Amino acid sequence: MATRSYTSRRELDEHTFHPAVAVLVPVGFIILQALLPRPFPRLAILDLPLIATIFFAVSRRSPIAGTLTGAAIGLLQDALTNQYIGINGITKALIGYIAASIGFKVDVESITTRILMLFGFCLMQSGLLYLIQDHLLGQHIQMLWLHELLRAAVNTLVAIPIFYLLDRTKSDE
Amino acid sequence: MESFFVRYRNALVLVAVLLAQTILLAVQVRDLRGPSQPDGRKVTLLRSWAAGAVAPFERVTAFFGRGIRGNWNNYIDLRRTRQQNADLEKEVARLRLEQAEFAEDALQGRRLQALLAFREQYVNATVAAQVIGTSGVDSSKVLLIDKGADFGLKPDMAVITPDGIVGKIRDVFPHTAQVLEIDDPSSGAGVILASTRIRAIVRGGPDGRVQIGNLTADSRIKPGEEVLTSGGDQIFPRGLKVGTIESIAPDRDRQLYTLIRVHPAVNLAQLEEVLVITGTQSELPAVAQQDLAAGDATAQQMKADAQRAEAQRAADLAAERLPSLTPPPNADGTPAATDDGAAAADPLHPAPIVLKAVPALHPDRYSPGLTPPAASLTPGGNNPNPAAASSQTADSPAAGDSADSGDAAAQKPRKPAIAGPTAALKKPKTTPPADAKEPQR
Repeated sequence: MATRSYTSRRELDEHTFHPAVAVLVPVGFIILQALLPRPFPRLAILDLPLIATIFFAVSRRSPIAGTLTGAAIGLLQDALTNQYIGINGITKALIGYIAASIGFKVDVESITTRILMLFGFCLMQSGLLYLIQDHLLGQHIQMLWLHELLRAAVNTLVAIPIFYLLDRTKSDE
Repeated sequence: MESFFVRYRNALVLVAVLLAQTILLAVQVRDLRGPSQPDGRKVTLLRSWAAGAVAPFERVTAFFGRGIRGNWNNYIDLRRTRQQNADLEKEVARLRLEQAEFAEDALQGRRLQALLAFREQYVNATVAAQVIGTSGVDSSKVLLIDKGADFGLKPDMAVITPDGIVGKIRDVFPHTAQVLEIDDPSSGAGVILASTRIRAIVRGGPDGRVQIGNLTADSRIKPGEEVLTSGGDQIFPRGLKVGTIESIAPDRDRQLYTLIRVHPAVNLAQLEEVLVITGTQSELPAVAQQDLAAGDATAQQMKADAQRAEAQRAADLAAERLPSLTPPPNADGTPAATDDGAAAADPLHPAPIVLKAVPALHPDRYSPGLTPPAASLTPGGNNPNPAAASSQTADSPAAGDSADSGDAAAQKPRKPAIAGPTAALKKPKTTPPADAKEPQR
């Protein structure tokens, strides 16, 4: 009877992506994020780059890859704003690392886990952004926590179908 | 040692990435530039790369999006063109009147400004640009426009629409530029309240709404008051529309101050095209001067029309209330000719009113001009029937004239209709002249 070691399970759960998917999906999400709020201003509440960061981190289950992907996406996102470059970079690098790390321990394919994970990471991002802007940079921003809860809920709702669509791009070779 | 790096490589990579970005943040903060200011050279390079990478996609998407929206809007607009045309004509007429009203004030204001040597800044050069993207982050109110350094754009240039101000240029790239909207928390613009003339600073709030937070409670400030640029920030020319006051509430964080919400004049959430002010001048632009002259001419015309209408109304009123004083108009509606033959053509200079008596409908002995002078009457004689005589007179074409010349009739003694045998006896008495001496007795 064949037994699976931790390593084999990890190898089984680790997914890879075609380089085109790995590059185009995050870039596409960033562009979409920049375009959507113009015709639909309320969609500025979405954070598609965060969804991409979490998805690639939990799918690859490599903290290094998660960190680098998160940092790259965050830096590109920062470059389109008027904020200091690195605010989203730091935040998303941390989230990529943590998302990849917990991918070892929990079943991230389950919908319940995904909902909890996405909601938690969205709130974590809001908290990290507040800490960096208010405490590290001294910008004294005012955080509207009810708005952040709403943002987390909306992003979770949007991320679930996106995760199922992106699952089809996984290549397990 | 090797095993340490292997074992903790994940954490070490994370620390290295975080450290690198923290240093990057420190470099930017060291420049002492706020988020509203353009970046330093190194950061601009990074932002320029990012903007350069994203801008082509945004241009293509914006192009197709505009095309689809344009076709749809053209179809919709065609269906409403007639109504819109009628509405616009009314609007143009109203605006012309408004322009004429303002022209005089503007000219007077300019004269006063010249007296005070006040230097006003007028917009004389703008670059039209299309909005192709946003920052994508709701805490950063930034737009990306499709014009950059190649069109002469520079940081801190004002960005407006015909409705009001939008923001200012933050960073300029070769073919694109970032616009910082006025509802961004890091933005700011000097404003003045239109009616109370209170100066303030408008900026974006944490909730993404435009607000004024540097004023203490003032009962004169009311919702609905218009907010204009004051020109004090050296970015926005004076007098551009910012918005209207939406609400006034005490600031919970700062007890002494009030939080005044301003509803922007421009729909900042859905901007398609904007104008970047690339040049200002102290003289009024030629086109504006022509408009001002046209407005002034219209105002003069309106004033003359108003005076004419007022005079006409007074004449009509007089004709209505005192018909005996005004000759009835001719059959074609033109004013009747006066006695001296001059038509009352100019209502501004009406002819002097001459009191005239109209012929009586049922003349009697009291009708003016019909009673024979007392000198011609014979006491106890057979005097003519005045009523019969007057009816005969009234029917005659010269009735009006005879009636008119009441005084003349009094002066000209009429011949009695029937001369009796005693007529010779009743010679009219001649009154001696006043200066004649009384005969001595």
